[in-house]
Amino acid sequence: MTFQATSSRFWLARPFTERATQLFLGVLFAALLIVTVLHVAVPQGSALHVNAYTVNLFGKYLSYALLAVAVDLVWGYLGILSLGHGAFFAIGGYAMGMYLMRQIGDRGTYGDPVLPDFMVFLNWDSLPWYWLGFDMAWFAFAMVLLAPGLLALIFGFLAFRSRVTGVYLSIITQALTFALMLAFFRNEMGFGGNNGLTDFREILGFNLRSSDTRLGLFLASGVALALGYVLCRAIVTSKLGRVCVATRDAEARTRFIGYRVERFQLFVFVVSAMLAGVAGALYVPQVGIINPSEFSPLFSIEIVLWVALGGRATLYGAVIGAILVNYAKTVFTGVMPDAWLFALGGLFVLVTVLLPKGVAGLFSHLRRRDSTYSREASA
Amino acid sequence: MSFFESLRERDRVFDFMTPQASTVDVRHGPILYMEDVTVSFDGFKAINKLNLTIDDGELRCIIGPNGAGKTTMMDIITGKTRPNEGSVWFGSRHNLLKMNEPEIASLGIGRKFQKPTVFEALSVFENLELAMAADKRIFPTLTARMTGETRDRIEEVLTTIGLTELRFQPAGILSHGQKQWLEIGMLLMQRPRLLLVDEPVAGMTEQEMERTAELLTRLAGKQSVVVVEHDMGFVRSIARKVTVLHQGSVLAEGSMDQVASDPSVVEVYLGADDEEAA
Ligand SMILES: Nc1ncnc2c1ncn2[C@@H]1O[C@H](COP(=O)(O)OP(=O)(O)O)[C@@H](O)[C@H]1O
Ligand SMILES: [Mg+2]
Repeated sequence: MTFQATSSRFWLARPFTERATQLFLGVLFAALLIVTVLHVAVPQGSALHVNAYTVNLFGKYLSYALLAVAVDLVWGYLGILSLGHGAFFAIGGYAMGMYLMRQIGDRGTYGDPVLPDFMVFLNWDSLPWYWLGFDMAWFAFAMVLLAPGLLALIFGFLAFRSRVTGVYLSIITQALTFALMLAFFRNEMGFGGNNGLTDFREILGFNLRSSDTRLGLFLASGVALALGYVLCRAIVTSKLGRVCVATRDAEARTRFIGYRVERFQLFVFVVSAMLAGVAGALYVPQVGIINPSEFSPLFSIEIVLWVALGGRATLYGAVIGAILVNYAKTVFTGVMPDAWLFALGGLFVLVTVLLPKGVAGLFSHLRRRDSTYSREASA
Repeated sequence: MSFFESLRERDRVFDFMTPQASTVDVRHGPILYMEDVTVSFDGFKAINKLNLTIDDGELRCIIGPNGAGKTTMMDIITGKTRPNEGSVWFGSRHNLLKMNEPEIASLGIGRKFQKPTVFEALSVFENLELAMAADKRIFPTLTARMTGETRDRIEEVLTTIGLTELRFQPAGILSHGQKQWLEIGMLLMQRPRLLLVDEPVAGMTEQEMERTAELLTRLAGKQSVVVVEHDMGFVRSIARKVTVLHQGSVLAEGSMDQVASDPSVVEVYLGADDEEAA
């Protein structure tokens, strides 16, 4: 839209000088503040009071928004239509879930001090090796980043090195998440099979059922979204971001002018997978469960729809799309649960026809009309 | 992955091993040397025992009917296609057949493709910025800052290609001719020693053709330029030395007038051209 040459600033500090980022952060933090005040300071009987359930719901939307930002980074700017980002989200969620399971300690139904209930149920006598270390928060939180990052690294390395792109890549990302879903359904995998991980009690010593913890998780999701947004913004406004856009629009040409395209793709893909993992890790304690349905291919497609509805390659559009669609979903599934998929499909068709650039496209269209108008007026 | 590969790339780890910009050795003759090069696609020889030498600073035109192998020849030089036989040297030091595309590009061989491909979503300025010779690994690219030197270089090239006024416009809105110039500008950003230009004036207006001829003539001398072109009028307007390709090998070489009067050329090329026109 407008011209942005790389300024002389440190790359991570650049987004803070942008109007759009300032506006985004301003709106986000104002929203966090308002919800907090309405929840804490307004008495429960009042019409303005925001209850714990709603705070929790908003927290869930915010983690979805971070997931959508991660998808927009690879789809909007790099042109990689990942239909498997749900897998990275779920793996981050499982890493968090494993930590939360081990926090239960001997308070589970079977009272085993180490083994989670489902393992006792399966007659396992010790923890599988990959569960070791998850009792420590720092280790589990590192895994929230590293596990999805590693999967993305291996998958991306193979895919990008063999120059798999376009629709083929989309299909194999679907296959990836589908395969993981089948694997996680199996009890022998050691992730609770069908039921997944649930019955969490506390996180970092805070009771997960208390409304203060829920508020804390909501705020943490907001802060994570802000940080993720700034990081992505820093990436897309850097020269590397312009290499991504160049790759998206003319991959062979980008390679030809000397960029190792597959490495740039891999780098951005891994960053995006890690952000998705963080989103999953914030989501799980707020919904209280992680099970293989998060790996469902349909969920990954839904994420892409959020981004498309909000407006691709803007980042804030992804946030708007994720929040709007999920709000609509909450409302709709309350009224007519079976019709949700039709509603989503209808919404998608409607937006594609009326707003090809998503909700964000509408904004920038209005702004441009506005500025044309003011320019004409001042002339 | 990139960590281990970077370990292998010792010249990038240790500054003193970085290849210098002017490793191309032209003291012992031409800047580009192709000998007995043959390429076959499923048995069909697109290039057949091709011999070609380009001198340092020369402006050379390559003509030939459709399917003569002109584009394939450029593919070989830039490492996109591997010949089955023959040798290709850049200066007397670099064996191009042992290098991959990015390595060849960073040696100083720039190529303009037949179809103009600029990055339409990026501004003219940003297109030039990306094309500039720079450290093109991930982290240097991520943390790159715009220095005054960079800006000056970009402005200089903008002046050369005549797009200064349009520098903040997205490249997508440029006219066909302007895109071709931008692409040439992108090549110039890499300070190439050898420029390969494939059919630059196809689809251009008369005026744009004139400006392109002017631009290419101006570029020769500072760098060697190889132009593949169909348009005989255009070739006549810039050519000093012309090579005629036919069925993958050189049919004739010399000044425009010399080759135009060569009976074999008249037969295969101009004959084919007539057919095309008919
Ligand atoms: N990748 C390929 N596979 C098979 N045949 C090819 C390939 N590239 C070029 N050719 C053939 O080689 C011949 C030379 O093509 P090209 O170099 O594009 O000709 P020019 O650019 O002179 O018109 C043509 O007959 C073309 O069909
Ligand atoms: Mg050709």
